[in-house]
Amino acid sequence: MDWLPLADAFTQVDQPYLLEARQMQALSLGVHIPLVCFGVAFPAMVLFMEGLYHRTGNVVYRQIAKRWSKVMLILFAVGVVTGTILSFELGLLWPKFMSEFGEVFGVAFALEGLSFFIEAIFITIYVYGWDRLSDRAHFLVGIPIVISGVTGSFLVISVNGWMNNPTGFDIVNNEVTNVRPLEALFNDYFWHEFFHMYVAGFIVAAFLVAGVYAYAWLKGRRDHYHRAALIVPLTVACIAAPVQLLMGDWAGRSVAEDQPVKLAAFEGLDQTEEGADFNIGGIYYDGENHGGITIPDMLSLLADHDPSATVQGLDSVPESDRPPVAVVRNAFSVMVFIGSGLALLAAIYLLTWFRKARLPRSKWFYRVVVIAGPAAVVALIAGWITTEVGRQPWIVYETMRTTEAVTGAEGIPIGYATLAIVYLGLGSVVFWLLRRLARQPLERELPAEAEVAR
Amino acid sequence: MAVDLTAAVLVLGLVMYSVLGGADYGAGFWDLTAGGARRGARVRGMLKRSMSPVWEANHVWLIFVLVVFWTGFPNAFGPVMETLYVPLFGAAVGIILRGTAFALRGEAATIGEARLLGAAFALSSAIVPFFLGATIGAVASGQVSVPADPDSPFSSWTNSTSLYIGALAVATGAYLAAVFVAADSVRAGLPDMVEAFRRRALGAGVVTGAMAIAGIFIVRDDARDLYDGLTSGLGLAVVIGSAIAGVVTIALVWTRRFGIARFTAAAAVGAILVGLMIALSPDFLPGQMTLDEAAADNATLVALLVAAVIAVAILIPSLGYLYKLVLTGRLDQEFHPIGASDPETRR
Repeated sequence: MDWLPLADAFTQVDQPYLLEARQMQALSLGVHIPLVCFGVAFPAMVLFMEGLYHRTGNVVYRQIAKRWSKVMLILFAVGVVTGTILSFELGLLWPKFMSEFGEVFGVAFALEGLSFFIEAIFITIYVYGWDRLSDRAHFLVGIPIVISGVTGSFLVISVNGWMNNPTGFDIVNNEVTNVRPLEALFNDYFWHEFFHMYVAGFIVAAFLVAGVYAYAWLKGRRDHYHRAALIVPLTVACIAAPVQLLMGDWAGRSVAEDQPVKLAAFEGLDQTEEGADFNIGGIYYDGENHGGITIPDMLSLLADHDPSATVQGLDSVPESDRPPVAVVRNAFSVMVFIGSGLALLAAIYLLTWFRKARLPRSKWFYRVVVIAGPAAVVALIAGWITTEVGRQPWIVYETMRTTEAVTGAEGIPIGYATLAIVYLGLGSVVFWLLRRLARQPLERELPAEAEVAR
Repeated sequence: MAVDLTAAVLVLGLVMYSVLGGADYGAGFWDLTAGGARRGARVRGMLKRSMSPVWEANHVWLIFVLVVFWTGFPNAFGPVMETLYVPLFGAAVGIILRGTAFALRGEAATIGEARLLGAAFALSSAIVPFFLGATIGAVASGQVSVPADPDSPFSSWTNSTSLYIGALAVATGAYLAAVFVAADSVRAGLPDMVEAFRRRALGAGVVTGAMAIAGIFIVRDDARDLYDGLTSGLGLAVVIGSAIAGVVTIALVWTRRFGIARFTAAAAVGAILVGLMIALSPDFLPGQMTLDEAAADNATLVALLVAAVIAVAILIPSLGYLYKLVLTGRLDQEFHPIGASDPETRR
């Protein structure tokens, strides 16, 4: 697609606080996305635990599943709230985007709403249904939660994929017409973004959960309960982390193909080159990368799987069409750095497990697992910054500029400040609530069941 | 045809949210007015017991409404959001406060904590329906122009019809909540709570009815087109239906038949929204944009309707299962008074 003809379809909005509007949206997404990870990955882990209980009859697994399910409900409830805010913000901050393109990508959101609904219904039944439904019914109730958690994120990511790879409509006389909603839903960016995020969901949620029990492990709590609650999420995380390297490569090649300017921003590549070099690490400022290691031809190899391939630089488009390189490049570096670190940690765990059939013994391993969760969250946010800021100045790639989508309303700084304060309150309250839940004594399971188990 | 069906889906979502979400906010209203920590403890405990299992599911309806709105009627969604951003943002912030406070208050360890969280919860319970109601009132009374005029952030929703519908939303929520919780109290076997909420249901029913009558005059003076739509043809029939359902509900509550009263109360509230939509049609934004002009491309509407059919096919049995479990008491929580003694309740 050529970018020039479409770029004039919409008019600029006079909005002095565009940057604040973008930051406000980014803040809300940044709060919501880690919760999405739990929506994607946590139900599967909880249900796995309950399944272990059904297979072995050991009540420890049931205790873990029960405890986790309460955390799952709290995080889901917060996710309902932050997700509602996002729905409002899409309209409040970007009304022109919604009124022009809502009809193109909206169906994905409608189906996402359905998934969310199913998740809400069954999560309620699951958590309040412990000890009230039969074992079999209770386990079956968990299955829709797992499925809807995945389909929900799947559909939202389809919309993000569409913003990067807009299809399913035509622009005739500055009007969006001939809408093909299914084509928009299954755009070319959808699959790699989905799998990249899906695996990220497992990495984030599983490392965060594992980190809690790794901390307990370091404190000497190593009974069956803590051991099981550590091993399951840790294994999940350590399988997902290396897989993410492949997903990242796939995503990177798609970007290279369809959004060369974004790729150039990833790498801070000023000029179009044959056999472009790849910079690892370093910090980008003053228009170039400082420090880090340079591998000749590697970027061409990564982007095209050919060391002499031509990679487009930032100079291939006018300056007004380039993203802010420093933000994109540095966020990209952070994501890659943390992602590689997590994959290395995973390799240590998996090798120890396969070769010695035991857990690593070094205290340092568990200390690193404790920080792996927060680090994974940082990588997650950095990844979203990479793709979202990398898409700038476009809200719909090469079709509508962010400056054409923003509201003309006043008061964005007031809204931004209010929301920041409210989220700060929300965050501290959730943390406090989870701490309190963690301190509650475990519920004692029925002795009859315990006898069967032991 | 597709446009009308999509509008029907949108109104259906609004009705569901107004009834289920509205009752949820109404519970917060009764919490706010339950009196001091000691006197209100049992009422607060009963409210929490009633709300806990269905809170999340009730609030997903709002997301449903927003999504159908922007997908089905994107050309109206933009101007509405750009004009009425103050009440909408206020509602959004209220939703955060309320969700947080509700999730937490059961965990409060001291009376001080419980009071703070309780106040945040109760106050935001009144703010959210007021702002959302005012938004609907502003749309219905023709305050949104096309293209949007973002320079009147306050005057757009402070005309008498908007403020009135905001207040009506708070009142109907309280009324629904009282009827629903009275029915739950019967099931919980707490006769004092049955009486407490029966009194509230009757009081709120009378107040809401009086407000409805006052509304006739307010809307006539402030939004003549809307008034004409509500007092002629199908609009009038629906308004009369709402009034009858309201009177029947009061009679049912009076005679302690709370189970059926749930449904007549819901019908009375739902009919108001249906009536508004009928009164406005064929316009969406009165005098500015018709339903047809607001609507998305036909292909999108068809896809949206197919999605809605799939949703109904999946949601009805799922919701049916949830409400069956709730109404037969399978998911019932233990009853703990909140505030007087140790408020530590475990979920």
